[in-house]
Amino acid sequence: METPATAQTPAFKLSEIRFKDVLDIESLQIDACRISAIVGPSGGGKTTLLRILNRMTTPDSGRILFFGESVEQMDPVQLRRRVVMLTQMPVIFGGTVDENLLIGCRLAERETPQPQAVTAIMSRVGLDKELDTDAGQLSGGEKQRLALARVMLMDPEVMLLDEPSASLDEETEILIFDLVTEYCRERCKTLVMVTHSERGFTGYYDTLIRIRDGRVEGVTHKNGK
Amino acid sequence: MDGIIQIEILYLALGYILILLLLVLVRVKRLGKEWEITLASLRMTAQLVLTGFVLTYVFSWQRIWITLIIFAVMEAFAVYTVFGRIKKSLFPALRIVIATSMIIGTSVALAYFLFVIVRVDPWFAPRYFIPVAGMVIGNSMNGISIGIDRLSSGIRSRLDRMEGALMLGASPKEAARPFVKEAFSAGIMPIINNMMGMGIVFLPGMMTGQILAGVAPLNAIKYQIAIMLGIGGAVTITVFLVTELGYRRFFNHHSQIRQEVLDLRL
Repeated sequence: METPATAQTPAFKLSEIRFKDVLDIESLQIDACRISAIVGPSGGGKTTLLRILNRMTTPDSGRILFFGESVEQMDPVQLRRRVVMLTQMPVIFGGTVDENLLIGCRLAERETPQPQAVTAIMSRVGLDKELDTDAGQLSGGEKQRLALARVMLMDPEVMLLDEPSASLDEETEILIFDLVTEYCRERCKTLVMVTHSERGFTGYYDTLIRIRDGRVEGVTHKNGK
Repeated sequence: MDGIIQIEILYLALGYILILLLLVLVRVKRLGKEWEITLASLRMTAQLVLTGFVLTYVFSWQRIWITLIIFAVMEAFAVYTVFGRIKKSLFPALRIVIATSMIIGTSVALAYFLFVIVRVDPWFAPRYFIPVAGMVIGNSMNGISIGIDRLSSGIRSRLDRMEGALMLGASPKEAARPFVKEAFSAGIMPIINNMMGMGIVFLPGMMTGQILAGVAPLNAIKYQIAIMLGIGGAVTITVFLVTELGYRRFFNHHSQIRQEVLDLRL
């Protein structure tokens, strides 16, 4: 059952999370309806932290609450349908752009979106392609937009993005940041994004979480754009 | 069975001249396979002679436990052969799936063949049970090897796709569906091709043997059809089971890809 998210409600509360020698987090809270950026040196555990939030990885010990409910008690597949993650390298499934857009809803057993919703999301992410285009022919930036549009069509409560702009040029990076933050703010979604580009993302986030050597080095709250 | 020509040992020995010719040819061409050809010929002869003696003994006894022991040995040999063929993509959890699928699939098909189609009495009569079990198990062994190898290599070479699907909220079943489908098709393809070409492209060994031994061709064909249906059933059941049970072993109970699979990433 979906929990109505409001500002200041913790979406996630983590306590005493340990995972191998990768993560060692005493306590961390990620607010609902907020945009949180995770930054830190590479190899510091940022991606692992993201994977732990939707149980793609299970920590060795510790407790994670999702809207007050222990994730250990939840069906991992159902949790991932509410907390969708997008990797650094977008996954393109075989087939057309249309099939790739709809596959998220199909895999998560959601209702198939109306064709108008599909075209609307395409224009929103600036993907100027025919729906029957072979998705494998798209450029890196277009694939990333396609993967983002796929997640937006699923309309999850929480989006976890792992360096979505890592392989993109600056212009596309800004477009992706604009797009995803605007989408999350207008719909009161929780966005957690790992980014290598703290400076580029400065204007967008509400909370900045610094991770180094698997530990939370600091959490800064500020008003977002 | 009247009129069957008995092959004299001396004339049978003349058959080896063909192998000698092959050896000379290989030597002249410097293909370096003399030892393998010699070994294969010797093994074939020794294995068949031994089997001949064993079958003569077994057929004369008609004991249920002897038939079942031979069946168990055949099953064990087939399962270990599969393990050997796919050892690169094998992790412990898959072994039990392979063994279970092999035993259930072949037993069901064999029972159907013996009790329903041919109605052998007694059902453990070794001259029916053992040759048919051999054919059913041998073909299932090939189907399982191909099916599980394709499933494993498909998943291991596209882990990103499977993880991407899980991250979108797919169940393990949905995430693995394309690989299961592909593995099932690959596993049953040899037997499908075999049935397609049967009687036109080639005459199967069992039927040829029966015809040479004096059985009327139409009767030999009835047996061959029954055997092919039995084999087809066994291969379909074993490959279905090994792919349907097998994909689950690639995930842990948190619906994550198991560490053993990630370690075998291609």
